[in-house]
Amino acid sequence: MEIQTGQETKPLTQRIIDAGGLVNLATYEAAGGYAAARQAITEMTPAEVRDLVKEANLRGRGGAGFPTGVKWGFVPPPEKRSLGHVYLVCNADEMEPGTFKDRYLMEYDPHLLIEGMIIAARAIGADVAYVFLRGEYYEAYRQLTQAIADATRLGYLGERLFDTDFKLHLSIHRSGGRYICGEETALLNALEGKRAQPRTKPPFPPASGAWGRPTIVNNVETLCNVPGILRNGADWYQLLGSGEDAGTKLYGVSGRVNKPGLWELPIGTTIRELIEVHAGGMKSGYTLRGILPGGASTDFLTTEHLDLKMDYGTIQAAGSRMGTGTMILMDDSVCPVAMARNLQHFFAQESCGFCTPCREGLPWLEQLLADIDAGRGKPGDLELLDKNSAFIGAPGNTFCLHATGAIEPLASALKYFREDFEAHIEQGRCPYAPQHIDKQAVEA
Amino acid sequence: MSTEPDVVNALSVQEIDAIEAQIAHLPDRESAAIEALQIVQRARGWVSDDSLHATAQLLGMADAALDSIATFYNLIYRQPVGRHIIMLCDSVSCFVMDGDSLRGRVTEALGVELGQTTADGRFTLLPIVCLGACDRAPVMLIDDQLFGAEQLTDLDAILARFE
Repeated sequence: MEIQTGQETKPLTQRIIDAGGLVNLATYEAAGGYAAARQAITEMTPAEVRDLVKEANLRGRGGAGFPTGVKWGFVPPPEKRSLGHVYLVCNADEMEPGTFKDRYLMEYDPHLLIEGMIIAARAIGADVAYVFLRGEYYEAYRQLTQAIADATRLGYLGERLFDTDFKLHLSIHRSGGRYICGEETALLNALEGKRAQPRTKPPFPPASGAWGRPTIVNNVETLCNVPGILRNGADWYQLLGSGEDAGTKLYGVSGRVNKPGLWELPIGTTIRELIEVHAGGMKSGYTLRGILPGGASTDFLTTEHLDLKMDYGTIQAAGSRMGTGTMILMDDSVCPVAMARNLQHFFAQESCGFCTPCREGLPWLEQLLADIDAGRGKPGDLELLDKNSAFIGAPGNTFCLHATGAIEPLASALKYFREDFEAHIEQGRCPYAPQHIDKQAVEA
Repeated sequence: MSTEPDVVNALSVQEIDAIEAQIAHLPDRESAAIEALQIVQRARGWVSDDSLHATAQLLGMADAALDSIATFYNLIYRQPVGRHIIMLCDSVSCFVMDGDSLRGRVTEALGVELGQTTADGRFTLLPIVCLGACDRAPVMLIDDQLFGAEQLTDLDAILARFE
């Protein structure tokens, strides 16, 4: 089987491409918008919606790749829970360094997210929904606010949707900052107006989440995939993918390429195609050395991995994670030690401070990397980095996976670019430094 | 010590209305803490001890409890800032795209380092984590406007827009 002529191939971005920018309510409706929400509420039971999304094999696009329909099924059925709200929360806290996909969807097609949330709410029986939005995403806030007002005016949100008993109250929480808010239980604490410290699991949010009520947290891109699945079915969705995973993916490339950007492509597109075709290849004079495939908290890959498909299983088998699917490229002008230091600075700063290995360990690693980068490294430092990375990064030594994510790029940098670390220590200086200085002098 | 505590402490009608509108979306008043602090900050530039106290009163919580929240979040300012906030991305994509040079140009143009406010109170310069615009790296945010590398070639012209 293959995709039929006339069927959608870019369910996330085609409307944006056609509109040449913002898709407003009229444009969204003209393109068949909100018909899927109507269908989910008036023609399908919640279980049917969940089963369809399960069958389509939609996996979470926030980075973890957990099957969305399965997650929805973890909400206890009405007869097994006390009376009260069920919450749907959209994780729109996009703070993974190198990631710029959810902002695009919210700024240009906010109704797609809203429709996805209506359908998800139907699937889990939620009556209240929140978009947990990054504080710095001002334009996304403006567009979502307008879209929520428009959707409410036409009866897509609020009471008695499509003349049924189904209701949905949707509002936006503007975050006060901090990367840890992307962790789903920390996000729930922030939503409750508290410090964003991760919670112990279990209980997991579907059983006890926001304000102790059943709660599902889904990423923006995940939710934006849902209306298309309702419109076109599970078989169509599976055919969209080019590997073992289903659907399309918003892939991005940043770094020294000719055309950095974001593209909706079949999930499973190879890294090589992303870099060489869509991103236009490396800029003249620069050679690719390292790839962070899905954000700052994913392990480095190298040029030997270019022909791998960007899907969950393939990238995991190569020792990394697809993560958010927006890759960051390290070229030969970038010092791997300095890049590792930059990454550890981020993770050290963004630790919520609750667990000792993360709070104390990450700044300690950053300092050691700074010393090596500045030419103050000593023999044995790399072994010290290895040992402490293994300890700090081991899942279970900390409450959440922040420190684990922090160690992924470091441990892999130590593996793939070890000669660069060694050169710093042996030469007592950064071998890249003169190059940087020369380049700046030329630019000046 | 404030000479007119009642006047200084009072939240404006607009601030109270905006905070109450947030509370309406939530099951209890304290849950609006982060939103409330940001509403007050948008009106006043930053959250002083007096503002914090007034906000805590409105939400029915202790000052210390609200302060523990205020000090956790980097977008909430517990000290005065300039009229405009410049947030310079220091995360990995901007680092790779020579964000250090942009930082050098910005600090030179402003005459202040990261974390400082210009003497005329016009700009506060802060580092920020990835702004989600890595295809335009290096990037920075001035108040609510995002600027990418292609625009930042003429830094002076951009800064001149913010008086």
